[in-house]
Amino acid sequence: MFASVSPIISVSDVSKTYASGFQALKGIDLEIRRGEIFALLGPNGAGKTTLISIVCGIVNATAGRVLVDGHDIVADYRAARSRIGLVPQELTTDAFETPWATVSFSRGLFGKAPNPAHIEKVLKDLSLWDKKDSRIMTLSGGMKRRLLIAKALSHEPQILFLDEPTAGVDVELRRGMWQLVHALRERGVTVILTTHYIDEAEEMADRIGVISKGELIVVEEKAELMRKLGRKQLTLQLHGTLDRIPPALSRHQLELSRDGSELTYTYDAEVEGTGIVALLEDLDYAGIRFKDLQTSQSSLEDIFVSLVRDAR
Amino acid sequence: MNLHAVRAIYRFEMARAGRTVLQSIVSPVISTSLYFVVFGAAIGSRIQQVGGIAYGSFIVPGLIMLSLLTQSVSNASFGIYFPRFTGTIYELLSAPVSYLEIVMSYVGAAATKSIILGLIILATAALFVPLHIEHPVWMVLFLVLTAVTFSLLGFIIGIWADGFEKLQLVPLLIVTPLTFLGGSFYSIDILPPVWQKVTLFNPVVYLVSGFRWSFYGIADVSVPVSLGMTVIFLAVFMAIVAWIFKTGYRLKS
Repeated sequence: MFASVSPIISVSDVSKTYASGFQALKGIDLEIRRGEIFALLGPNGAGKTTLISIVCGIVNATAGRVLVDGHDIVADYRAARSRIGLVPQELTTDAFETPWATVSFSRGLFGKAPNPAHIEKVLKDLSLWDKKDSRIMTLSGGMKRRLLIAKALSHEPQILFLDEPTAGVDVELRRGMWQLVHALRERGVTVILTTHYIDEAEEMADRIGVISKGELIVVEEKAELMRKLGRKQLTLQLHGTLDRIPPALSRHQLELSRDGSELTYTYDAEVEGTGIVALLEDLDYAGIRFKDLQTSQSSLEDIFVSLVRDAR
Repeated sequence: MNLHAVRAIYRFEMARAGRTVLQSIVSPVISTSLYFVVFGAAIGSRIQQVGGIAYGSFIVPGLIMLSLLTQSVSNASFGIYFPRFTGTIYELLSAPVSYLEIVMSYVGAAATKSIILGLIILATAALFVPLHIEHPVWMVLFLVLTAVTFSLLGFIIGIWADGFEKLQLVPLLIVTPLTFLGGSFYSIDILPPVWQKVTLFNPVVYLVSGFRWSFYGIADVSVPVSLGMTVIFLAVFMAIVAWIFKTGYRLKS
């Protein structure tokens, strides 16, 4: 099937320079695959929200082209936008409306005929049903966040943008949000999320894009990214202490802790020979005994931090 | 045409008026009644007829215009300014709606509200003074044209304003004075010749004059001129709105 392999969003050479002269995006190229969960990571001010806003039609791109399901977002904005649901970062709601009214409003705004059964389902899915007739200003922050998601889902979009969906949300609600995203994916909805919480991307995303200073510095399958850029470390707790790394061990990538009681060996888990066996042999030969050992793997967070640092 | 969206926005805006019935309906009715008490009964009893019409009846079209202009401007400006203020405008900008649909629904709702208000004031006036409408079709035409024109002006103000102060500024400093000085409560014949000329630069003169003509068949300026000026205002405001959307002024960066 051709349709299923063509990207659902295709961003080509998109740049944005604000009136102030600030260049928020520099020639972004990105393809989002149908049905995937894509996480866009980046420090504050990197351009994540600008990129989302351009795709959704809130900000005009200075240059470049965006296709949503094959429809140009400018020339064919109706077809493009009707496929997208957007959950903004800020909790912007109409204080005096009710959840029922505002979610029904969103559905109409996106050109869909009224469908009370769908609105009911969305409100129930997001545990807002018993609040459907309350004024929005009486809802808690977490409920407002869910309400914004309900509005975005009111018109049955194929693509859902979640801009910082779990900022300021408690742990339980975050878990609930993750479940919701997975459930949406089951239904074939493509989800693009930005987040500050790396563990969130690690938990949810199929692919990850890292954006820094308006440039996409990496786009990769999550597993691949962690495999390629992830590092493993072996830490040995020594019986005694060392003043310095003995010359016999100099061919290994070793670091000695300040108090001399721990040796840390950093290696690439993907390479055939990790060098661990040779290291252990050399240690034995040098007469260095150890009482315990542990290995650790770098997290996505470590990878992210090093990527963004390198890009600076 | 995304009619579902037009309907959704229109209903949303009308529902907002429903929630603020005191502010949008009751307060204009009370202030109109006060005008009748002051101008009609207290002062009007000492004023001779104007153009063969009792003074109390003479001021009715002007009073309706006063409310129509101020309420059209404030309804429409608030309707579009508030989503900008709270940030909910993101949804409107990301929705598959055309600029025409946005204007139609916001301006349509604001105009509907002020027309309803105009009719309520007309009914209130009928309780105080004898009324007579010579050209009912023209009366409705002037009512609708004026409501739409000044709702467009309100929409423009709502997009231009970057604070609540500016939102109040134009209605307070421009619309209300022009209405008071535009012959709402007098015929411009009574002014000295120089001021009669000056007054002709006031757009509201044409609206009030045409509207009053539809009631009593008397006018300060000729009816085609009144109609022509109203249509010109409408065209100018439409052009400004078109420019706003073309450039994304204050809406999109």
